[in-house]
Amino acid sequence: MIEITQEELAIDCFLLAGRMLIQSGAETYRAEDTMLRMASSQGLTDAQSFVTPTGIIFSAGHKRPTRIAQISSRTTDLEKIALINSVSRKLTAGVVTLEEAYEELLKIERTNLFFPIWVQVVASAIASGCFLILFKGTWIDVPFAVITGGVGYLIFLAMHSLTKVKFFAEFTGSLFVGLLSVLFYKIGWGYQLDKIVIGSVMPLVPGLPIANAVRDLMAGHFVSGVAKGMEALLTAFAIGAGIALALSF
Amino acid sequence: MDWFVQGILSFIGTAGFGIIFNAPKRTLFHCGLVGMTGWLIYYAFIQKGIDAVFATFAGAFLISIVAHVLARQFKTPMIVFSVAGIIPLVPGGLAYNAMRTIVENDYVKSIQYGARVFIIAGAIVMGLVFAEVFMQLIFNEIRKRKAKLSKMTS
Repeated sequence: MIEITQEELAIDCFLLAGRMLIQSGAETYRAEDTMLRMASSQGLTDAQSFVTPTGIIFSAGHKRPTRIAQISSRTTDLEKIALINSVSRKLTAGVVTLEEAYEELLKIERTNLFFPIWVQVVASAIASGCFLILFKGTWIDVPFAVITGGVGYLIFLAMHSLTKVKFFAEFTGSLFVGLLSVLFYKIGWGYQLDKIVIGSVMPLVPGLPIANAVRDLMAGHFVSGVAKGMEALLTAFAIGAGIALALSF
Repeated sequence: MDWFVQGILSFIGTAGFGIIFNAPKRTLFHCGLVGMTGWLIYYAFIQKGIDAVFATFAGAFLISIVAHVLARQFKTPMIVFSVAGIIPLVPGGLAYNAMRTIVENDYVKSIQYGARVFIIAGAIVMGLVFAEVFMQLIFNEIRKRKAKLSKMTS
């Protein structure tokens, strides 16, 4: 059995891991499972956790404390999920001690693992061009989809860091995608307006929330599933509204 | 030639999404491979004239299986490989048409497109979930066999 201070540290460590997993876009069951595995490896065998997209409740069992962690923002950061997963594996296997694991988790929280902005923008620009052809567009339109996709994603990132309101950022991003495509089309350079729009709006599509929402529902996590489904629906609505507004010009 | 172009483009596109979703650098190549497999299966079904819903289901099913195998190999969560892989299957064109018809005040058509989007999105998720259950059964069976073997030898 671990002592009181050690116990506090352990619960902090588990909550940190769970919170970062949800913030990076992991599935609900993964967050619960990771926390419980880590807990049982430290001798807290009757621990319970309740995870939702906006907060985590973790009880260490019996007379031990119950704690809550608040979650205010969620992004998609697959590398962070992979790193936290490997820390949890190491702790469960007994390769690292609790203190070392906590240190490692704190380090993961502090570092920014994302690719540089320009790499992300170039990636989304190239991906837009690829999707234009996959969705049966013509090769003439590729340069326009590349430009529109890159600019749209750049504006989304800029608005997100400026306003911190995700739905507004998605709305402006897709609005610019729509406006640029209409512009190219009206000038007479672009050939198929709809294909350019579809290709370049792809980087904004909420792929992860949709997939996670239904997986949570299937696993019986109804609270998380419905909440994430709403998030995906709002995002889809923001993108749709931006495109619709641009098309109405 | 057409198949080659489709394969290369879906590979690059999915790897690009891997960068956007910040997949670990050493898995980017495999993310692209997962996306390519899913898209080529989808494309093959569509070329044969099979309905898009079933083609999407088949693509997502295969994506999930490949992602599971890779996840075991890399010892990372399976979500790393599957998330970028399913992006090409997302019904962007239909969603766009649903939006466009709303702007044109043609709500009846918009609901038709919207329902189609919903069903195809459902097919993606069904494919993922079915494959997960399927893989779990297989892995359980392998584990049982191994346990039996080690018992017999000891």
